[in-house]
Amino acid sequence: MAERVIGIDLGTTNSLVAYMEGQTPVVIPGEDGLNLVPSIVALTPAGDVVVGNPARKWLIEAPERAIYSVKRLMGRSQADVRDEIERFHFRVVEESGGEAGIVRLRLGERILTPPEISAYILRQLKRNAERYFGAPVRHAVITVPAYFNDAQRQATVDAGRIAGLEVLRIVNEPTAAALAYGLDKKRQGTFAVYDLGGGTFDVSILRLEDSEGESLFHVQATNGDTHLGGDDIDNLLLTIALDDIRGDLGADYFRSATVVQGLRAQVIAAKIALSTASSARLEFVLPNGKKYRREITRTQFEELISPTLDRTVPPCRAALADAKLTGTVDEVVLVGGSTRIPRVQQLVQELFGRQPHCGLNPDEVVAVGAAVQAGILSGGGSQDMLLLDVTPLSLGIETMGGVVARIIHRNSTIPASATEHFTTWVEGQTNVAIHVLQGERELAKDCRSLARFDLREIPPMAAGLPRIAVKFLIDANGILNVSAIEERTGQAAAIQVKPTYGLNDDQVEQMILDSFDNAEEDLRQRQVVEARNEAQLILDAVERARRDPAFATIAPAEQARIAELEAELRSQMASEDYGLMRTKIEALNDGTRHLAELMMNSALKAALQGRNVQEVG
Amino acid sequence: MPDAVSPTAAMADYFAVFGLPRRLLLDVPGLEREFYRQSRRLHPDRFARAARLDQDAALRQMSQLNDAFRVLADPIARIVYLLDLGGVRRRDERGDAGVERAPQVPAELLEEVFELNMALDEARSGGLTDPGTRRQLVQAQADFQEKLEVVDAALLERAAAWDRAQDAGETGGDILQQLSSLLDRRSYLRNLLRDVAVVLVPAP
Repeated sequence: MAERVIGIDLGTTNSLVAYMEGQTPVVIPGEDGLNLVPSIVALTPAGDVVVGNPARKWLIEAPERAIYSVKRLMGRSQADVRDEIERFHFRVVEESGGEAGIVRLRLGERILTPPEISAYILRQLKRNAERYFGAPVRHAVITVPAYFNDAQRQATVDAGRIAGLEVLRIVNEPTAAALAYGLDKKRQGTFAVYDLGGGTFDVSILRLEDSEGESLFHVQATNGDTHLGGDDIDNLLLTIALDDIRGDLGADYFRSATVVQGLRAQVIAAKIALSTASSARLEFVLPNGKKYRREITRTQFEELISPTLDRTVPPCRAALADAKLTGTVDEVVLVGGSTRIPRVQQLVQELFGRQPHCGLNPDEVVAVGAAVQAGILSGGGSQDMLLLDVTPLSLGIETMGGVVARIIHRNSTIPASATEHFTTWVEGQTNVAIHVLQGERELAKDCRSLARFDLREIPPMAAGLPRIAVKFLIDANGILNVSAIEERTGQAAAIQVKPTYGLNDDQVEQMILDSFDNAEEDLRQRQVVEARNEAQLILDAVERARRDPAFATIAPAEQARIAELEAELRSQMASEDYGLMRTKIEALNDGTRHLAELMMNSALKAALQGRNVQEVG
Repeated sequence: MPDAVSPTAAMADYFAVFGLPRRLLLDVPGLEREFYRQSRRLHPDRFARAARLDQDAALRQMSQLNDAFRVLADPIARIVYLLDLGGVRRRDERGDAGVERAPQVPAELLEEVFELNMALDEARSGGLTDPGTRRQLVQAQADFQEKLEVVDAALLERAAAWDRAQDAGETGGDILQQLSSLLDRRSYLRNLLRDVAVVLVPAP
């Protein structure tokens, strides 16, 4: 694999891409020079998809054209996200699949699933990397919250595929952070990773073993909450602001997407300020012209968010119990922007009995870890590190009476497998249905339905005679693979998987094809947009040149010719033929060369000569 | 069809995976060192650029290594596994945490269990308002905990006896049966203790 493998942190709030340059991880910036790409996707009226900072303005000006925090919707059904969607402005499109079907969101004029939306973010990161390397990139390691279930992991792999990336490994975020830390410190012992991101919370307990120059990361236990994060803190502040406004100023803006998004930006800024200042101010001008203003002190803020932060305590205690530690951990690593909040650091100290380690950048540490894993997989660099991760949730099958029989236990080191035996009840039966679930509860209805497997083409025999061994394998990505064999005949049973909350293979294939067209389309669109911009710039320059005294000195025939070329370019601008547009731009350039020479203004001269048009003020 | 996930009809020999003789007492730190050593060699990450066939083989071997370590590292799981290997226990009776659910109350516990169940019923229906009921349950908890410790000690002793028998070249079949009954008893006691704990400290 001569091509580089990139590591991607696909975050709720921000995404990043990094790679290993030898032994050193490097975070790859975007075109704007920034490492963080906000996980915001917008569809402009012109039909272009924009990602990251450029998308932010759409979120505030035309929220129906933008989607953020799509990670919170990955791998979940319409019924699952019903409550959560209330707090977002997104509109879910009702589907024939009904409540159990995959979520579909309206983005401007288009309807997209969460994996497709995530794919746009991934594609942007892919482009950033390709621009940086000057070479194509086709393989990646992508991180997910450790507590993500099978459907959520599958959705992430699907997003990667739609974006044109082969996902070599899905890595748990706390483990990635551990890799980054281990690269940095290379110290033996146990440590905890407390990862409070925009939408998810994870805690992992790991052991770092160092022997014969090799570092081995052995995850002991992991736990978390996939709907708990900085977004919830934002929403608390937002609700207060909106309540204030409704009470004091008599106006209800809860349903106004533009006000909500504008206020949200304010609230986030205040939240960040409160990490270093003892108070912050919210200020916002409402559509009716009235001004909303409120002071928030750090004390008030801490009291407000206390119940939310307390939700991180039970998972931490559970992980410590499962890890069977004797004594405190040696180190605590913090991950995620929300861990900059002083109260969070305090809570972490109380929970683990250690001052958290603050040496690593909590925003970049996961991407760095992903890059380290990418390095391990590409066979270059970090061959002296190995990761032994675990599955966060128990895997079970539904048995008689709706009870779950647990076959692989939570916190089992992966890859992990278990074999169960099934048989038929009816003479000549050729199909057996199996329902697979994830979770810790006793009854199937309380666990997470993963998929229903149909074992087919079982050789017909008397009832109870077939002995079908079904092997459940959770691979290194934490994703389930199933195979079956009828032991008497040695025949493999064909398996059809119906994922409960995901896209099936056909749907993903179609999306990849669509996105291929879209990639071509996107590229073409970009050319058209760029050509139009260029055309507008030169037309503006010519307009200005008309008012210059030099214009009056050129021959009327030449003036007429310039006007003619202008008109031709203008008429071409509405078309999608960027090639032709460029030809007309060149023609106008040539036609005004003489005029430019006559003019004293050097900037205008540069513009009309077609050099560095962008630099024209 | 050789691939990573083909189930095999025969039971894997976890002792063989670690090159260990079938003994019930083993050095866990040493086991872990060997586990790490083999992990470095077998882990799928090492095969990310290899041919598909090699990747699948690595996946299968690594999952087996993980399974073997998980079972052999825990003393009780180790005993259960050995009994499975020896055909003494039925594998399709599964309960929670891999602990096999014993269908019968051990005879010697019959009366105590009967009284405990009455107290539990009372506690569940009337709450723990009656201090007498609470006292009874706390006492029962202490009693059964003590019994559990006796069982664990007996398991350790019988495990050592089995190892000695193996070393002496004997089959030790009767010891396996004794281990099986002890496991049943242990499982039953643990379930009882769990039931009492749940009633005494209701879940939040």
